[in-house]
Amino acid sequence: MGQAVMTSSAILQAKLWYYQRISAMVLTLCVAIHLIIIYYAIQDGLSAGEILARTRGNLAFALFYEIFVLACFVHAPIGLANILRENIQSGFLIRALPVLLAAFILILGTAAVIGVVWGAP
Amino acid sequence: MSQVGRRLDFRTKAHWSYFAYYLHRVSGLLLACFLPLHFFLLSRSLYGEAELGRYLQFTDHPMVKFGEWGLVTLLALHLIGGTRLLVIEFGIWKGLRKAWVQVTLIGSLLCGALFLILSR
Repeated sequence: MGQAVMTSSAILQAKLWYYQRISAMVLTLCVAIHLIIIYYAIQDGLSAGEILARTRGNLAFALFYEIFVLACFVHAPIGLANILRENIQSGFLIRALPVLLAAFILILGTAAVIGVVWGAP
Repeated sequence: MSQVGRRLDFRTKAHWSYFAYYLHRVSGLLLACFLPLHFFLLSRSLYGEAELGRYLQFTDHPMVKFGEWGLVTLLALHLIGGTRLLVIEFGIWKGLRKAWVQVTLIGSLLCGALFLILSR
């Protein structure tokens, strides 16, 4: 029984490792593009009007940033769980904090994408 | 810990790869903490341009500007350091690839510097 639990935990760890690496590959591309957008956007100050003029109604922008949010949603909580597992004892926190981070990223990230593309004028 | 244990423990950490591993962890953790805040700020745009502008005015503060530079540097550090890990794990094996650590450090500092130059 004990052995079976360990094996399923090892399989879960292997899956999480794989998901984190696949999301890392997506993020490599997303972050590189995001950095270029940052450099372009900051050149003459950053105002709400300027940001929204670029993003409102821009479907390609919405698609790109939602993919970015989803990749973060997979990648960051797994990384946080790895760090917690190696540094703290509390099993509750090791499980709860990554779930909380995942929820924050998915909900707030998607709200941000909807807001900048389809938000109120 | 025994004398030998302590020496072995030190030897496993006193090299560039451990330094790169440590920086990757710290930068990842800080970026993960920042993400919900970043998304919360941008999600204010749901309520219109004025509402987003109200929150964006905080970014004019010098401390926030310093934070933005730090975040861009950390993002570049995590990006290049992460690419190094992917190359080590999925690329064709070619030794320790220590040069990638230096490339990560110099690359991220250059990205941070470019941010400062362009945002002036």
